[in-house]
Amino acid sequence: MIPATFSYRRATSVDEALGLADEFGEDAKFLAGGHSLLPLMKLRLAVPEVLIDVGRLRDLSYIRDAGDHIAIGALTRHHDIEHSALAARELPLLACAAGHVGDPQVRHRGTIGGSLAHADPASDLPAAVLALDATLVATGLSGAREIAAGDFFLGLFETALEPGELLTEIRVPKPAAAGWSFQKFTKRAIDWAIVGVAVQGDSVGLVSMASTPMRAIAVEEALAGGASVAEAASRAAEGTSPAADINASRGYREHLARVLVARALDESRSRAAPGAA
Amino acid sequence: MKMTVTVNGEPVTADVEDRMLLVHYVRDVAGLTATNIGCDTTSCGACTVLLDGESVKSCTILAAQADGSEVVTVEGLAGADGELHPMQSAFRAEHGLQCGFCTPGMVMAAVSLLRENPAPTEEQVRSGLEGNLCRCTGYHNIVRAVLAAAEAGTAEPGTGVAR
Repeated sequence: MIPATFSYRRATSVDEALGLADEFGEDAKFLAGGHSLLPLMKLRLAVPEVLIDVGRLRDLSYIRDAGDHIAIGALTRHHDIEHSALAARELPLLACAAGHVGDPQVRHRGTIGGSLAHADPASDLPAAVLALDATLVATGLSGAREIAAGDFFLGLFETALEPGELLTEIRVPKPAAAGWSFQKFTKRAIDWAIVGVAVQGDSVGLVSMASTPMRAIAVEEALAGGASVAEAASRAAEGTSPAADINASRGYREHLARVLVARALDESRSRAAPGAA
Repeated sequence: MKMTVTVNGEPVTADVEDRMLLVHYVRDVAGLTATNIGCDTTSCGACTVLLDGESVKSCTILAAQADGSEVVTVEGLAGADGELHPMQSAFRAEHGLQCGFCTPGMVMAAVSLLRENPAPTEEQVRSGLEGNLCRCTGYHNIVRAVLAAAEAGTAEPGTGVAR
Protein backbone atom coordinates (compact mmCIF):
# COMPACT_ATOMS: atom_id res chain seq x y z
CA MET A 1 0.00 0.00 0.00
CA ILE A 2 1.23 3.42 -0.90
CA PRO A 3 -0.31 6.65 0.42
CA ALA A 4 -2.26 8.92 -1.91
CA THR A 5 -0.23 11.66 -3.51
CA PHE A 6 0.89 14.48 -1.26
CA SER A 7 3.59 17.11 -1.17
CA TYR A 8 6.41 16.55 1.35
CA ARG A 9 7.91 19.58 3.07
CA ARG A 10 10.66 19.32 5.65
CA ALA A 11 10.81 21.93 8.40
CA THR A 12 14.21 22.87 9.80
CA SER A 13 12.83 24.93 12.70
CA VAL A 14 9.65 25.27 14.72
CA ASP A 15 9.05 28.67 13.13
CA GLU A 16 9.37 27.20 9.65
CA ALA A 17 6.98 24.38 10.58
CA LEU A 18 4.42 26.87 11.90
CA GLY A 19 4.83 29.02 8.80
CA LEU A 20 4.23 26.04 6.52
CA ALA A 21 1.19 25.05 8.57
CA ASP A 22 -0.16 28.57 8.21
CA GLU A 23 0.51 28.57 4.48
CA PHE A 24 -1.20 25.25 3.76
CA GLY A 25 -3.91 25.34 6.40
CA GLU A 26 -6.24 22.38 6.71
CA ASP A 27 -4.63 20.61 3.75
CA ALA A 28 -1.50 19.98 5.82
CA LYS A 29 -0.58 17.60 8.62
CA PHE A 30 2.53 17.53 10.76
CA LEU A 31 4.62 14.37 10.40
CA ALA A 32 6.84 13.26 13.30
CA GLY A 33 7.78 9.56 13.45
CA GLY A 34 4.87 8.80 11.16
CA HIS A 35 3.93 5.57 12.90
CA SER A 36 0.35 6.67 13.52
CA LEU A 37 -0.19 8.89 10.49
CA LEU A 38 1.40 6.88 7.68
CA PRO A 39 -0.67 3.72 8.37
CA LEU A 40 -3.82 5.87 8.24
CA MET A 41 -2.65 7.45 4.98
CA LYS A 42 -2.00 4.03 3.45
CA LEU A 43 -5.60 3.11 4.25
CA ARG A 44 -6.85 6.47 2.90
CA LEU A 45 -8.32 7.23 6.32
CA ALA A 46 -6.16 10.34 6.25
CA VAL A 47 -5.49 12.09 2.94
CA PRO A 48 -3.48 15.25 3.66
CA GLU A 49 -2.27 17.16 0.63
CA VAL A 50 0.85 18.37 2.39
CA LEU A 51 3.01 16.66 5.02
CA ILE A 52 5.16 18.96 7.10
CA ASP A 53 7.99 16.80 8.43
CA VAL A 54 9.00 18.01 11.89
CA GLY A 55 10.93 14.82 12.59
CA ARG A 56 14.32 16.49 12.37
CA LEU A 57 13.67 19.23 14.89
CA ARG A 58 16.15 17.71 17.30
CA ASP A 59 15.81 20.63 19.69
CA LEU A 60 12.35 19.22 20.49
CA SER A 61 13.87 15.93 21.65
CA TYR A 62 14.84 16.05 25.32
CA ILE A 63 13.96 14.91 28.83
CA ARG A 64 14.90 17.55 31.41
CA ASP A 65 14.52 18.00 35.13
CA ALA A 66 12.75 21.34 35.47
CA GLY A 67 12.46 21.39 39.26
CA ASP A 68 8.86 20.58 40.09
CA HIS A 69 8.28 18.83 36.79
CA ILE A 70 9.99 16.86 34.06
CA ALA A 71 9.95 18.59 30.68
CA ILE A 72 9.81 16.29 27.68
CA GLY A 73 10.22 17.56 24.14
CA ALA A 74 7.36 16.51 21.89
CA LEU A 75 9.72 14.78 19.46
CA THR A 76 11.28 12.58 22.12
CA ARG A 77 10.96 9.00 20.92
CA HIS A 78 9.35 6.21 22.91
CA HIS A 79 12.73 4.46 22.86
CA ASP A 80 14.40 7.45 24.50
CA ILE A 81 11.78 7.71 27.26
CA GLU A 82 11.89 3.94 27.81
CA HIS A 83 15.66 4.06 28.35
CA SER A 84 15.98 7.43 30.11
CA ALA A 85 17.54 7.20 33.58
CA LEU A 86 15.78 10.45 34.52
CA ALA A 87 12.40 9.11 33.42
CA ALA A 88 13.04 5.81 35.19
CA ARG A 89 13.79 7.67 38.41
CA GLU A 90 11.14 10.40 38.33
CA LEU A 91 8.45 9.05 36.01
CA PRO A 92 8.65 5.25 36.07
CA LEU A 93 5.02 5.00 34.94
CA LEU A 94 5.75 6.95 31.77
CA ALA A 95 8.99 5.05 31.10
CA CYS A 96 7.15 1.77 31.52
CA ALA A 97 4.25 2.83 29.29
CA ALA A 98 6.68 4.06 26.61
CA GLY A 99 8.33 0.63 26.68
CA HIS A 100 4.96 -0.98 25.98
CA VAL A 101 4.25 1.00 22.81
CA GLY A 102 4.33 -1.22 19.72
CA ASP A 103 7.67 -2.98 19.39
CA PRO A 104 11.36 -1.92 19.34
CA GLN A 105 11.20 -0.80 15.71
CA VAL A 106 8.12 1.33 16.38
CA ARG A 107 9.72 2.79 19.51
CA HIS A 108 12.77 3.79 17.46
CA ARG A 109 10.54 6.05 15.37
CA GLY A 110 7.39 6.98 17.28
CA THR A 111 7.36 10.12 19.44
CA ILE A 112 5.43 11.09 22.56
CA GLY A 113 4.11 14.24 20.88
CA GLY A 114 2.99 12.34 17.83
CA SER A 115 1.22 9.75 19.94
CA LEU A 116 -0.59 12.34 22.07
CA ALA A 117 -1.56 14.55 19.13
CA HIS A 118 -2.90 11.49 17.30
CA ALA A 119 -5.22 10.91 20.29
CA ASP A 120 -5.99 7.27 19.70
CA PRO A 121 -7.90 5.96 22.75
CA ALA A 122 -6.12 2.61 22.30
CA SER A 123 -2.68 4.21 22.69
CA ASP A 124 -0.65 3.70 25.85
CA LEU A 125 0.82 7.14 26.49
CA PRO A 126 -2.38 9.22 26.62
CA ALA A 127 -3.66 7.24 29.61
CA ALA A 128 -0.29 7.65 31.32
CA VAL A 129 -0.14 11.43 30.88
CA LEU A 130 -3.73 11.64 32.16
CA ALA A 131 -2.85 9.69 35.31
CA LEU A 132 0.24 11.86 35.72
CA ASP A 133 -1.72 15.14 35.39
CA ALA A 134 0.63 16.35 32.69
CA THR A 135 0.40 19.71 30.97
CA LEU A 136 0.82 19.93 27.22
CA VAL A 137 2.40 22.93 25.52
CA ALA A 138 0.96 23.91 22.14
CA THR A 139 2.89 26.41 20.05
CA GLY A 140 1.34 28.50 17.30
CA LEU A 141 2.32 31.59 15.38
CA SER A 142 0.95 33.75 18.18
CA GLY A 143 2.96 31.95 20.87
CA ALA A 144 2.70 29.03 23.25
CA ARG A 145 -0.14 28.00 25.55
CA GLU A 146 -0.59 25.28 28.13
CA ILE A 147 -3.35 22.69 27.96
CA ALA A 148 -4.05 20.33 30.85
CA ALA A 149 -3.96 16.69 29.74
CA GLY A 150 -7.52 16.37 31.07
CA ASP A 151 -8.67 19.05 28.61
CA PHE A 152 -6.63 17.81 25.65
CA PHE A 153 -8.44 14.72 24.39
CA LEU A 154 -11.78 15.76 22.90
CA GLY A 155 -12.82 12.80 20.77
CA LEU A 156 -11.59 9.98 18.59
CA PHE A 157 -8.38 11.34 17.00
CA GLU A 158 -9.51 14.80 18.12
CA THR A 159 -7.59 17.12 20.45
CA ALA A 160 -7.68 20.68 21.76
CA LEU A 161 -4.89 21.67 19.36
CA GLU A 162 -6.01 24.54 17.14
CA PRO A 163 -5.32 24.42 13.40
CA GLY A 164 -1.69 25.30 12.84
CA GLU A 165 -0.64 24.59 16.42
CA LEU A 166 2.23 22.20 17.07
CA LEU A 167 2.52 20.20 20.28
CA THR A 168 6.02 21.11 21.47
CA GLU A 169 6.46 20.00 25.08
CA ILE A 170 4.93 17.74 27.71
CA ARG A 171 5.36 18.88 31.32
CA VAL A 172 4.88 16.12 33.83
CA PRO A 173 4.75 17.06 37.51
CA LYS A 174 6.96 14.96 39.73
CA PRO A 175 4.45 12.58 41.31
CA ALA A 176 3.59 13.22 44.95
CA ALA A 177 2.57 9.59 45.45
CA ALA A 178 5.26 7.06 44.68
CA GLY A 179 3.17 4.04 43.74
CA TRP A 180 2.48 3.36 40.10
CA SER A 181 1.46 0.58 37.75
CA PHE A 182 0.89 0.05 34.04
CA GLN A 183 -1.29 -2.85 32.93
CA LYS A 184 -1.79 -3.69 29.27
CA PHE A 185 -3.94 -6.59 28.18
CA THR A 186 -3.23 -7.86 24.67
CA LYS A 187 -3.58 -11.09 22.77
CA ARG A 188 -0.16 -10.76 21.11
CA ALA A 189 2.88 -8.81 22.29
CA ILE A 190 2.70 -5.97 19.77
CA ASP A 191 -1.06 -5.47 19.70
CA TRP A 192 -2.91 -2.41 20.86
CA ALA A 193 -4.29 -2.76 24.37
CA ILE A 194 -7.69 -4.43 24.47
CA VAL A 195 -7.83 -2.60 27.79
CA GLY A 196 -5.01 -0.80 29.56
CA VAL A 197 -4.66 0.89 32.94
CA ALA A 198 -2.15 3.52 34.09
CA VAL A 199 -2.01 4.26 37.81
CA GLN A 200 0.01 6.87 39.66
CA GLY A 201 -0.93 7.10 43.33
CA ASP A 202 -4.72 7.25 43.32
CA SER A 203 -4.97 8.62 39.76
CA VAL A 204 -6.19 6.11 37.21
CA GLY A 205 -6.05 6.39 33.41
CA LEU A 206 -7.85 3.98 31.10
CA VAL A 207 -6.89 2.76 27.62
CA SER A 208 -9.54 1.61 25.11
CA MET A 209 -12.53 2.24 27.39
CA ALA A 210 -14.15 5.09 25.41
CA SER A 211 -13.66 7.13 22.25
CA THR A 212 -11.01 9.08 24.13
CA PRO A 213 -8.38 8.16 26.69
CA MET A 214 -10.00 8.82 30.05
CA ARG A 215 -9.66 8.93 33.82
CA ALA A 216 -11.52 6.37 35.91
CA ILE A 217 -13.31 9.06 37.90
CA ALA A 218 -15.54 6.68 39.88
CA VAL A 219 -12.50 4.69 41.02
CA GLU A 220 -10.66 7.84 42.05
CA GLU A 221 -13.67 9.14 43.97
CA ALA A 222 -14.07 5.82 45.76
CA LEU A 223 -10.41 5.82 46.77
CA ALA A 224 -10.69 9.41 47.98
CA GLY A 225 -13.67 8.32 50.06
CA GLY A 226 -11.63 5.62 51.76
CA ALA A 227 -12.80 2.62 49.73
CA SER A 228 -10.68 -0.51 49.55
CA VAL A 229 -8.90 -1.45 46.33
CA ALA A 230 -11.53 -4.11 45.64
CA GLU A 231 -14.40 -1.69 46.23
CA ALA A 232 -12.82 1.04 44.12
CA ALA A 233 -11.87 -1.30 41.28
CA SER A 234 -15.43 -2.63 41.10
CA ARG A 235 -16.42 0.81 39.81
CA ALA A 236 -13.82 0.88 37.00
CA ALA A 237 -16.37 0.59 34.20
CA GLU A 238 -18.62 3.38 35.49
CA GLY A 239 -18.79 6.26 33.05
CA THR A 240 -16.99 4.35 30.32
CA SER A 241 -18.33 3.58 26.84
CA PRO A 242 -16.00 0.99 25.36
CA ALA A 243 -16.45 -0.21 21.80
CA ALA A 244 -17.20 -3.77 20.83
CA ASP A 245 -14.84 -5.06 18.17
CA ILE A 246 -13.18 -8.22 16.92
CA ASN A 247 -11.12 -8.48 20.12
CA ALA A 248 -13.72 -7.94 22.79
CA SER A 249 -17.35 -7.23 23.51
CA ARG A 250 -18.29 -4.19 25.52
CA GLY A 251 -19.05 -6.35 28.55
CA TYR A 252 -15.69 -8.09 28.30
CA ARG A 253 -13.88 -4.75 28.23
CA GLU A 254 -15.84 -3.60 31.28
CA HIS A 255 -14.85 -6.78 33.09
CA LEU A 256 -11.22 -6.34 32.07
CA ALA A 257 -11.24 -2.76 33.34
CA ARG A 258 -12.36 -3.90 36.78
CA VAL A 259 -9.79 -6.70 36.91
CA LEU A 260 -6.90 -4.62 35.59
CA VAL A 261 -7.64 -1.62 37.81
CA ALA A 262 -7.58 -3.94 40.84
CA ARG A 263 -4.25 -5.40 39.72
CA ALA A 264 -2.85 -1.95 39.02
CA LEU A 265 -3.90 -0.52 42.37
CA ASP A 266 -2.50 -3.54 44.19
CA GLU A 267 0.80 -3.28 42.34
CA SER A 268 0.96 0.46 42.86
CA ARG A 269 0.41 0.09 46.59
CA SER A 270 3.03 -2.63 46.88
CA ARG A 271 5.53 -0.37 45.11
CA ALA A 272 4.66 2.59 47.34
CA ALA A 273 5.19 0.55 50.50
CA PRO A 274 7.44 -2.41 49.73
CA GLY A 275 6.88 -5.25 52.13
CA ALA A 276 3.71 -3.74 53.58
CA ALA A 277 1.43 -5.56 51.19
CA MET B 1 11.98 14.92 -4.66
CA LYS B 2 15.67 14.39 -5.24
CA MET B 3 17.29 12.56 -2.37
CA THR B 4 20.24 10.46 -1.30
CA VAL B 5 20.29 7.54 1.07
CA THR B 6 23.50 5.71 1.87
CA VAL B 7 22.58 2.05 1.51
CA ASN B 8 25.11 -0.49 2.78
CA GLY B 9 27.83 2.14 2.54
CA GLU B 10 27.01 3.26 -1.01
CA PRO B 11 25.23 6.55 -1.67
CA VAL B 12 22.07 6.00 -3.71
CA THR B 13 20.67 9.17 -5.26
CA ALA B 14 17.31 9.32 -7.02
CA ASP B 15 14.44 11.64 -7.85
CA VAL B 16 11.40 9.88 -6.42
CA GLU B 17 7.77 10.58 -5.59
CA ASP B 18 7.26 12.25 -2.23
CA ARG B 19 5.04 9.36 -1.18
CA MET B 20 7.59 6.62 -1.88
CA LEU B 21 8.17 4.34 1.09
CA LEU B 22 11.66 3.49 2.25
CA VAL B 23 11.15 -0.20 1.56
CA HIS B 24 10.44 0.61 -2.09
CA TYR B 25 13.50 2.83 -2.24
CA VAL B 26 15.60 -0.07 -0.95
CA ARG B 27 14.05 -2.68 -3.25
CA ASP B 28 13.23 -0.74 -6.42
CA VAL B 29 15.73 2.12 -6.45
CA ALA B 30 18.74 0.55 -4.74
CA GLY B 31 17.79 -2.83 -6.23
CA LEU B 32 18.31 -4.74 -2.98
CA THR B 33 15.45 -7.21 -2.74
CA ALA B 34 16.37 -9.24 0.35
CA THR B 35 14.27 -6.86 2.44
CA ASN B 36 10.76 -8.28 2.15
CA ILE B 37 7.39 -6.61 2.18
CA GLY B 38 5.18 -8.75 4.39
CA CYS B 39 2.14 -7.26 6.07
CA ASP B 40 2.76 -3.69 4.91
CA THR B 41 1.08 -2.54 8.15
CA THR B 42 3.97 -2.17 10.65
CA SER B 43 3.16 -5.53 12.19
CA CYS B 44 5.31 -8.34 10.83
CA GLY B 45 8.82 -6.86 10.72
CA ALA B 46 9.82 -8.53 7.44
CA CYS B 47 10.87 -5.12 6.11
CA THR B 48 13.14 -4.33 9.07
CA VAL B 49 16.36 -2.50 8.18
CA LEU B 50 18.79 -0.41 10.20
CA LEU B 51 18.25 3.33 9.84
CA ASP B 52 21.20 5.21 11.27
CA GLY B 53 22.05 2.08 13.22
CA GLU B 54 18.64 1.26 14.69
CA SER B 55 16.02 -1.23 13.57
CA VAL B 56 12.99 0.28 11.85
CA LYS B 57 10.12 -1.01 9.74
CA SER B 58 10.79 0.39 6.29
CA CYS B 59 7.17 -0.03 5.16
CA THR B 60 6.17 2.76 7.55
CA ILE B 61 8.84 5.32 6.77
CA LEU B 62 8.83 7.64 3.79
CA ALA B 63 11.97 7.48 1.73
CA ALA B 64 12.03 11.25 2.15
CA GLN B 65 12.31 10.84 5.91
CA ALA B 66 15.51 8.85 5.37
CA ASP B 67 17.07 11.41 3.02
CA GLY B 68 20.69 11.89 4.10
CA SER B 69 20.62 8.89 6.42
CA GLU B 70 22.40 5.55 6.44
CA VAL B 71 20.46 2.38 5.80
CA VAL B 72 21.84 -1.13 6.25
CA THR B 73 19.99 -4.13 4.84
CA VAL B 74 20.82 -7.79 5.34
CA GLU B 75 22.88 -7.63 2.13
CA GLY B 76 25.19 -5.20 3.92
CA LEU B 77 26.09 -7.45 6.82
CA ALA B 78 28.53 -9.90 5.27
CA GLY B 79 32.15 -8.95 4.68
CA ALA B 80 33.47 -8.01 1.26
CA ASP B 81 34.94 -11.51 0.98
CA GLY B 82 31.54 -13.02 1.67
CA GLU B 83 32.31 -13.92 5.26
CA LEU B 84 29.02 -14.01 7.10
CA HIS B 85 28.15 -11.61 9.88
CA PRO B 86 28.11 -13.44 13.26
CA MET B 87 24.35 -13.11 13.38
CA GLN B 88 24.01 -14.71 9.96
CA SER B 89 26.39 -17.49 11.00
CA ALA B 90 24.42 -18.06 14.17
CA PHE B 91 21.11 -18.26 12.26
CA ARG B 92 22.69 -20.86 9.99
CA ALA B 93 24.31 -22.86 12.78
CA GLU B 94 21.18 -22.89 14.94
CA HIS B 95 18.80 -23.40 12.01
CA GLY B 96 17.08 -20.12 12.81
CA LEU B 97 14.93 -20.18 9.71
CA GLN B 98 12.44 -22.40 7.98
CA CYS B 99 10.86 -20.80 4.89
CA GLY B 100 13.20 -17.83 5.18
CA PHE B 101 10.72 -15.05 4.47
CA CYS B 102 11.03 -13.40 7.87
CA THR B 103 14.77 -14.00 8.07
CA PRO B 104 16.20 -10.75 6.63
CA GLY B 105 14.03 -8.67 8.95
CA MET B 106 14.59 -11.03 11.87
CA VAL B 107 18.38 -10.82 11.44
CA MET B 108 18.33 -7.01 11.25
CA ALA B 109 16.11 -6.75 14.32
CA ALA B 110 18.47 -9.11 16.14
CA VAL B 111 21.55 -7.09 15.13
CA SER B 112 19.89 -3.94 16.48
CA LEU B 113 18.90 -5.78 19.65
CA LEU B 114 22.49 -6.85 20.40
CA ARG B 115 23.79 -3.36 19.69
CA GLU B 116 21.55 -2.08 22.47
CA ASN B 117 21.98 -5.07 24.75
CA PRO B 118 25.04 -7.19 23.93
CA ALA B 119 24.29 -9.86 26.56
CA PRO B 120 20.52 -10.32 26.67
CA THR B 121 18.65 -12.97 28.61
CA GLU B 122 16.39 -15.33 26.70
CA GLU B 123 13.41 -13.31 27.91
CA GLN B 124 15.01 -10.10 26.63
CA VAL B 125 15.64 -11.71 23.25
CA ARG B 126 12.02 -12.80 23.03
CA SER B 127 10.66 -9.37 23.95
CA GLY B 128 13.32 -7.70 21.78
CA LEU B 129 12.03 -9.60 18.75
CA GLU B 130 8.36 -8.91 19.51
CA GLY B 131 8.10 -6.80 16.36
CA ASN B 132 8.99 -9.68 14.03
CA LEU B 133 6.61 -12.47 13.12
CA CYS B 134 7.67 -15.91 11.85
CA ARG B 135 4.71 -17.60 10.22
CA CYS B 136 6.53 -20.93 10.39
CA THR B 137 6.55 -20.29 14.16
CA GLY B 138 10.24 -21.12 14.25
CA TYR B 139 10.88 -18.88 17.21
CA HIS B 140 12.80 -21.29 19.41
CA ASN B 141 15.71 -21.65 17.01
CA ILE B 142 15.66 -17.95 16.20
CA VAL B 143 16.01 -17.13 19.89
CA ARG B 144 18.75 -19.73 20.18
CA ALA B 145 20.57 -18.15 17.25
CA VAL B 146 20.46 -14.68 18.78
CA LEU B 147 21.70 -16.00 22.11
CA ALA B 148 24.50 -17.85 20.29
CA ALA B 149 25.47 -14.69 18.43
CA ALA B 150 25.56 -12.79 21.71
CA GLU B 151 27.69 -15.53 23.22
CA ALA B 152 30.07 -15.37 20.25
CA GLY B 153 30.50 -11.64 20.75
CA THR B 154 30.19 -8.91 18.19
CA ALA B 155 33.64 -8.86 16.57
CA GLU B 156 32.66 -9.21 12.97
CA PRO B 157 33.62 -8.64 9.39
CA GLY B 158 31.51 -6.58 7.05
CA THR B 159 30.80 -2.97 6.35
CA GLY B 160 31.62 -1.80 9.82
CA VAL B 161 28.21 -0.19 10.17
CA ALA B 162 26.39 -2.85 12.09
CA ARG B 163 28.69 -3.79 14.94
